[in-house]
Amino acid sequence: MTVQDSITVDLAEVSVRDLNQRLHHLTDGGDADWQILNPRGQHAIAVGLMDPVQITIDGPVGYYCGGMNQNAQIVVNGHSGWGVAENIMSGVVRVRGNASESAAATGRAGLVVIEGDASSRCGVSMKGVDIVVGGSVGHMSGFLAQTGRMAVCGDAGADLGSSIYEAVIYVRGDVESLGADCIEKEMTDAHISELAELLTRAEVAADPSEFRRYGSARNLYHFKVDHADAY
Amino acid sequence: MTVDRRTVRESATFPPSVIAEIQRAADQGIYDIRGFGGKRRLPNFDDLVFLGASTSRYPLEGYRERCDTSVTLGARHAKKPIELKIPITIAGMSFGALGAHAKEAIGRAATEMGTSTTTGDGGMTEEERNSSKTLVYQVLPSRYGMNPDDLRRCDAIEVVVGQGAKPGGGGMLLGQKITERVAEMRTLPVGIDQRSACRHPDWTGPDDLAIKIRELREITDWEKPIYVKVGATRTRYDVALAAKAGADVIVVDGMQGGTAATQDVFIEHVGIPTLPAVRLAVESLKELDLHREVQLIVSGGIRTGADVAKALALGADAVAIGSAAMLALGCNKPVHEEDYRAIGAEPGYCHHCHTGRCPVGITTQDPDLERRLPPEVGARHLRNYLTVMVLELQTLARACGKSHIHNLEPEDMVALTIEAAAMAGVPLAGTDWIPGRTAF
Amino acid sequence: MCGIVGLYLKNPNLYEKLGEHLQTMLVGMTERGPDSAGFAVYGDQLSAGLVKLTLYDPAQATNWDGLAHRLQDDLNATAEVTARASHAVLIADTTHDAVANWLRTYAPAIRVMSHGDRIEIYKDMGLPVDVANRFGLAAMVGSHGIGHTRMATESAVTTEHSHPFIAGADLCLVHNGSLSNYNRLRAWLSRRGRIFATDNDSEVAAQYFAFRLGQGLPLSEALRAGLRDLDGFYTFAVGTRDGFAVLRDGIACKPAVLAENDDWVAMASEFRSLSALPGIDRARVWEPAPAVVYSWEAERMDRAA
Repeated sequence: MTVQDSITVDLAEVSVRDLNQRLHHLTDGGDADWQILNPRGQHAIAVGLMDPVQITIDGPVGYYCGGMNQNAQIVVNGHSGWGVAENIMSGVVRVRGNASESAAATGRAGLVVIEGDASSRCGVSMKGVDIVVGGSVGHMSGFLAQTGRMAVCGDAGADLGSSIYEAVIYVRGDVESLGADCIEKEMTDAHISELAELLTRAEVAADPSEFRRYGSARNLYHFKVDHADAY
Repeated sequence: MTVDRRTVRESATFPPSVIAEIQRAADQGIYDIRGFGGKRRLPNFDDLVFLGASTSRYPLEGYRERCDTSVTLGARHAKKPIELKIPITIAGMSFGALGAHAKEAIGRAATEMGTSTTTGDGGMTEEERNSSKTLVYQVLPSRYGMNPDDLRRCDAIEVVVGQGAKPGGGGMLLGQKITERVAEMRTLPVGIDQRSACRHPDWTGPDDLAIKIRELREITDWEKPIYVKVGATRTRYDVALAAKAGADVIVVDGMQGGTAATQDVFIEHVGIPTLPAVRLAVESLKELDLHREVQLIVSGGIRTGADVAKALALGADAVAIGSAAMLALGCNKPVHEEDYRAIGAEPGYCHHCHTGRCPVGITTQDPDLERRLPPEVGARHLRNYLTVMVLELQTLARACGKSHIHNLEPEDMVALTIEAAAMAGVPLAGTDWIPGRTAF
Repeated sequence: MCGIVGLYLKNPNLYEKLGEHLQTMLVGMTERGPDSAGFAVYGDQLSAGLVKLTLYDPAQATNWDGLAHRLQDDLNATAEVTARASHAVLIADTTHDAVANWLRTYAPAIRVMSHGDRIEIYKDMGLPVDVANRFGLAAMVGSHGIGHTRMATESAVTTEHSHPFIAGADLCLVHNGSLSNYNRLRAWLSRRGRIFATDNDSEVAAQYFAFRLGQGLPLSEALRAGLRDLDGFYTFAVGTRDGFAVLRDGIACKPAVLAENDDWVAMASEFRSLSALPGIDRARVWEPAPAVVYSWEAERMDRAA
């Protein structure tokens, strides 16, 4: 069996369904770099991958690119639609442009890097994933975030971290407003070094000491009449 | 001094139960959260009867002439549709709401009967996967425990938009049930009051649901049937939109459907009963010319083979049971009565699933309580119950001259009440009158 | 529940290409709305005293030239008509009210899809590419346009239930989402004299904005009032005589992407509809924030919370 250096798939000629099936049942090409051309905003490109393949998608992708990723390293040279890398389990999904809403939603682990801006609800219900955003995030980002880390190099929109559980959010720029039960917390040396490691891994240049840290006040963990306004 | 009972008068507006609830709210400052389904009286399948065969129709012999009960689900788009031996499936109930023994008992019974079980909010357990031959994996707004490995090892995928007990509401699980194992599965801190989202995190509305369904198909190589479950409410639209979004199977859960824990006000005041929901769902599918091509599963307050037969006659392809399956396992059974009282309940009236102190070991994570439900015993009881339901269903179908249960028709039934006639769209007994459709 | 697109050309050299670009954008939203499609195109302004109406005959039985002659005679006005599939554009030297009143008597089955001195609206059932080709969208010329592909939710799949919905002279609206208080709002507007053609929630939004504009509010103020009065989920694109506006509700869970460069401003439910626009690689691309009015009119951008 020969190992190919590069496999090119043109989505102007091959269907997303055929591409995904090839990537799910790799007989060869597991060591190759896959170049995906002409994605043209189609949905569900490179979803449900299991193997540590390198995939570069040249152009904008639609919803759920890299969804439920395991092990694969996916780079999107363009913007992404909703739910990029939703429920990611491991591996890396990198978007070199902007990401629409719900980037890395419910992600369990692995790394998601948005080099441009991420829109609303970035990291919604995140469950362990690491998210690094080079630009800003939209409103309700980190909504119901359970665990994991999100670092935002730009600004955060309104209601950041609403109903957050044990996830940690770092923001370098301005936060328009904090959501229910989300508070600013002390940025210790341990946090700065943890963030530095995350930024380095994401290959995003930013000074970790310029970030602030946000997390749960844990007041909504139990129903209480005095918090009725927040329900 | 004794009071002459004839001189005290109960207020119809403020009976003792209402007074008690007002005073409970005043004491506690939180709405009543409970398990089980709606308790108010609702028009239901009891108000329909079958027209058995006589001289214009010929019945089938009970033990000699075959009355087939098989169902195929999901052949519309899925490469691997589901084949069930009986048209009664087990509805989604989470590990967390139910203990591991209950889940295992359900899986065993369903497997022996040739039907499917369903996961719930919280993910799939090994016990459940191993004990269930045909397992439907729910994709819920919370996505607790969601992972692609379980998507690949399930037999069908159910995207849950809503459930009958609370259409428009999210799940709840109170702190006493968030044990270490449940917390780990859901990636939550132990012991907190869990509030699930009411909308999915990465799509809203049918146009985006269509894209979500496509993604799930892509991840699973278009093998698995994809169900969409909705609570019965705006049923005509919901069913049409689920079909347009690409569902293989649509599950409509009437307002009698149960829940592990939700606001009482939600359970009793939101949604429509199962009876009208079936008719609306079938009409919606017929308008799209997709009836039978997209299968319809109906749930919410199904109790007997007669309920199943009537739901199928109205056009459902199968039913799902949740509360009834739990009752078969021993829910509300008059044993360990002191333990019912300890949580403020009585056998026959208990809806205290939310407390995690289930006296019969079903809706609990407590090992001592769980031991009261050995999985093999629970499985035996549920299998017996399902067998009885199927025999009842076949009895009614044969009486109407059907060699397959799917050949039951609305025209095989009449209604005993005007309400049921209007809701089910069958004539009032002894008349040609279907209120709202034909003149009296 | 649908896909929406909007394109506003700042550079007049691109006017010849409006229809071509709008068609590409519209077809890009096919998956979001396979039931029906529609679009509004804003062409050259008519001379003073003229009015333009887009008419639709559901039965497709009208002799449009005969209708124009009869109108000329009855109203003592000049009228010329251009038929496009089931629609026709009528230009007459009278008023919209006069034509509308006359139609109610002479041809009550005919629906007025738009009126003004620039707008034309075309909509029909079927896939977006078929609808666009049916009306010859690719060849249409103008400064701006909006379009819509529909997956029907609570109202019927018909041409009349398709978007855009007219809201007044040269004013129309497309909508992705679902309003939750539109029945009450429709009754409220009906009591204030608005007449509805459908039971569609999006028409209520269109009529609501027409009502607010009729009260004298500028467009951005009318849209801001909508944030208070319209409940539910929405991304709106509103076409006006001189530009277009975009508004999302405060929760903003229906998609929208905006892009802008020196030549144009464009919006769509998904980026894929913007990806073929000339110069998109160097355009600023962002998503409209919730509850913020974005409008472009005569090369003037007005963004205010």
